[in-house]
Amino acid sequence: MAEIRNMTMNFGPQHPAAHGVLRLVLEMDGEVIERADPHIGLLHRGTEKLAESKPYNQSIGYMDRLDYVSMMCNEHAYVMAIEKLLGVEVPIRAQYIRVLFDEITRILNHLMWLGTHGLDVGAMTMFLYCFREREDLMDCYEAVSGTRMHATYYRPGGVYRDLPSVMPKYEASKWHKQEEVDRMNENRQGSLLDYIASFTDNFPTRIDEYETLLTDNRIWKQRTVGIGVVSPERALQLGFTGPMLRGSGIEWDLRKKQPYEVYDQLDFDIPIGTEGDCYDRYLVRVEEMRQSNRLIKQCVDWLRKNPGPVILDDHKLTPPKREDMKDDMESLIHHFKLFTEGYCVPEGEVYSAIEHPKGEFGIYLISDGANKPYRLKVRAPGFAHLSSMNEMVKGHMLSDVVAVIGTQDIVFGEIDR
Amino acid sequence: MESAASLKIKLEERFSDESVSCVLDRGQVTMEFPAEHVLSVCKALRDDKLFSFSQLSDVCGVDYSEYGEVNWVTHETTSTGFSRGRESESQQKSNVYNNKRFAVVYHLLSLKNNIRLRLRCFVSGEPPRISSVTNIWSSADWFERETFDLFGILFDGHPDLRRILTDYGFIGHPFRKDFPLEGNVEVRYDEDKKRVVYQPVTITNRVLVPRVIREDNRYIAVEEELNDG
Repeated sequence: MAEIRNMTMNFGPQHPAAHGVLRLVLEMDGEVIERADPHIGLLHRGTEKLAESKPYNQSIGYMDRLDYVSMMCNEHAYVMAIEKLLGVEVPIRAQYIRVLFDEITRILNHLMWLGTHGLDVGAMTMFLYCFREREDLMDCYEAVSGTRMHATYYRPGGVYRDLPSVMPKYEASKWHKQEEVDRMNENRQGSLLDYIASFTDNFPTRIDEYETLLTDNRIWKQRTVGIGVVSPERALQLGFTGPMLRGSGIEWDLRKKQPYEVYDQLDFDIPIGTEGDCYDRYLVRVEEMRQSNRLIKQCVDWLRKNPGPVILDDHKLTPPKREDMKDDMESLIHHFKLFTEGYCVPEGEVYSAIEHPKGEFGIYLISDGANKPYRLKVRAPGFAHLSSMNEMVKGHMLSDVVAVIGTQDIVFGEIDR
Repeated sequence: MESAASLKIKLEERFSDESVSCVLDRGQVTMEFPAEHVLSVCKALRDDKLFSFSQLSDVCGVDYSEYGEVNWVTHETTSTGFSRGRESESQQKSNVYNNKRFAVVYHLLSLKNNIRLRLRCFVSGEPPRISSVTNIWSSADWFERETFDLFGILFDGHPDLRRILTDYGFIGHPFRKDFPLEGNVEVRYDEDKKRVVYQPVTITNRVLVPRVIREDNRYIAVEEELNDG
């Protein structure tokens, strides 16, 4: 009789469904997974070590590049850690702007997740739909920071600058005729806030469109219901946070439980799942997009009514105004010192966590009183989620591995750091 | 939400035998204790009704060997402005941790009491060793592998202590303070051998901004307030 052995299969690191550079070594019995061993670190850049050799402000840009589909949320945790160490309070308008952009980022992240998860499982159209809306939100990023993705917009003490009063417009070109450009510019006539408001008016119907494609779709349900089930007890044990934890039925959201910025003054609900499978996590994330839309609306209303400073007026921490530097010696010195040496942060250690779109994103920062961090540790939610891969796919088919990678919302920038 | 001060008191009472020391700083409690008690303390923290820290958020290593070391010595000129850099020689401030080198730091979260706790254990020996907490919290698995990879701290009882973030066949532990920022080896494609080869690094590290500690008078008041509160 022929000897029957398990087959070892190499999945990735160059595989369209591996969401980046995941290498999975799968031990298979026919088409059933016996053991999955993720090999990570192919995108390890040593962000934490690099941060130790730079003044605090120069590492904000590195944070964008951790989880590169929810950029501003990473920055948020980092600047919050610095602010906690310094003991400074951020102006209220800056807090609202941060919440506004955190929620825009959450929608950005969930759209990316929904599009690629759909694509992995076979729903090609989702990808096109989601990227259409992502483009609008990227324009918001561009309007405030000048770049579509790696914004470096949050700074210790506030945000880099106030929201712009004009939205950039398209211009006619060889590829776009004037009528077409006029139509594209229709919702760009006013300020950024008007543009965001028009987006929030349309977005719920867009979510309905996504749901008509997926929620009751027979194929979608066959691929996700009952796949990758995690019980609430295991979810806690495995260090799950965010939608992964809520999908298993545990109501835990840092925005509600340990509110930061102005989340305690805003009205929103926390969706939770019941079964803990891929389908429930899909429903949770879709509902989160609706709740984010609600939060954005409330922030836009508040920001319209309440002008004010968006960054601290303490020039040991934040750059002075350009006009002041022209004729004020002290401002010039402050500017020079801030951009060459940076600022010293009092000795101490702090852990600051935020409700990142993927879960709890934490920054553990140790300062010995110098102008550079002594140690920076990034607690990435995806790292804990991916470590449960073996448990989640054991006994499933090969094609379900793809669904589980999708549902974990893996992004390698934050896992490998 | 339970207050951090009451947690500190409860911890000090419960673990009086394990020679723990608790610090409350910026609203966060840090508990330090000898590494040999790690299993008993962690088990109690998870199962004891008073604490019920059901989730382990993070495990990381810290190398304290260069704590407080600066490239520049400064002295004060005014009480409000910047102090001046004087000499460009390396100087070390008195080490608050008694020159102990490696520590493992755990971050725990209690969903029931809605509070976080930080544990710190100093580990000694070369390689430094500590017991693994994977049997208490499953999430410790990869976090401990990462700490082993980056700091070379061994976790006794870990089921599968392999490198995780660095390259296959990597030598050294890159997050130790004596590991150079630019690394030791680089890779390039060798035209003659028709494959990728390793070679010693050809770049040198330049320090553009010196590391400096300035005593800032504005924070002295803030710190006093924090210590009182």
